[in-house]
Amino acid sequence: MHRFANPARFLSIARPLTAWFGWGGAVLIAVALVGGLLITPSDYLQGQTVRIMYVHVPSAWLGMAGWAGIAAASFAQLVWRHPLSAVAARAMATPGAVYAAICLASGSIWGRPTWGTWWEWDGRLTSMLVLLFLYIGYIALANSAGKDAGGQRITAIYGMVGAVNLPVIHYSVLWWRTLHQGQSIGLTSSSIDRSLLWPLPLAALGFTLLFGAIVLMRMRALLADMKVEARMKRLATA
Amino acid sequence: MATRMKAKHQRLTLALLAVAALIGAALLAMSALKDQAAYFYTPSDVGRDHLAPGRAVRLGGMVTKGSITKLPDGVTIRFLVTDGAATVPVRFSGIVPALFKEGSGVVADGRFDATGLFVADQILAKHDERYMPPQVAGAMHKSDSIETGPKAKALK
Repeated sequence: MHRFANPARFLSIARPLTAWFGWGGAVLIAVALVGGLLITPSDYLQGQTVRIMYVHVPSAWLGMAGWAGIAAASFAQLVWRHPLSAVAARAMATPGAVYAAICLASGSIWGRPTWGTWWEWDGRLTSMLVLLFLYIGYIALANSAGKDAGGQRITAIYGMVGAVNLPVIHYSVLWWRTLHQGQSIGLTSSSIDRSLLWPLPLAALGFTLLFGAIVLMRMRALLADMKVEARMKRLATA
Repeated sequence: MATRMKAKHQRLTLALLAVAALIGAALLAMSALKDQAAYFYTPSDVGRDHLAPGRAVRLGGMVTKGSITKLPDGVTIRFLVTDGAATVPVRFSGIVPALFKEGSGVVADGRFDATGLFVADQILAKHDERYMPPQVAGAMHKSDSIETGPKAKALK
């Protein structure tokens, strides 16, 4: 783990990995979309709107996984002070926020024909909206808190505290009565029929690889920025 | 080197303690929220909590089979909402969502009148977590799945 915390070594691995993740994700998402939009049957109650699931569910997972990644990287940054973990946390914020936004938008589009409403303030919907707001707050804080150790530490603490919302999102449908349905997919069983289910893991894996590719790209961009800045500073003082 | 290692361990202990405190605080907050954050009252709550007539509340449960009746004016319906233990009569004028039907979940916004009738001004259909193609559903639907399923049991 510590071996990869060296920015130079990280870059030599990240460069080829970005392409593998990006193309792998694109292929998987294409297969999942063809499967989910053209091959799988419609649902007995929801009809064709069930297909929104193939975008909505992976987006929700990735939106939450993104913050879990921010929290883990922030923890590593606070304890071990790796320069790379702060970069990783910052890089995950924007794609995570986009996934959370896609989850909310697609869920709203599904909710109108299914529930009869675009939006309701139930536990699941509200906690997911809070996640999006946390992301926006994180991005604003990371941009304004400054790149010195103190500013980065404040951002990292925010990243860890925000993780409190993740179990709230997950358990909201169990703890509280909500409009959102309970969990369909457990670790060992699922209440989604197999004929409808199979594109979902493909989409989830594809979204994950795409997330990885974007994070690697953004980390490389952030590292390049830091390098430029350091060089400018050296030139200015020379 | 030894002092640096020590500082690192100190930070690790501190961070772990902070995480533990954070989780504890969150759990306390959530358990305090438990009843307030419920999105709707069940018919059993209604009997227990004595909701005042005229207060805006949300009622959720299953639409009792065979209970939907259309009133002569053509736009008003009456039906019963149940959670298995208690039942509440509901009246609603307007357009219901496509998935609103007998034997499935419903959430109604409205208020109780003095006679204990729930007058709804909005009806939402509650979808459950089961997804299947029509052929599979056709075979399964003969057994009354939603009311006997794990969700209904969990509600009691």
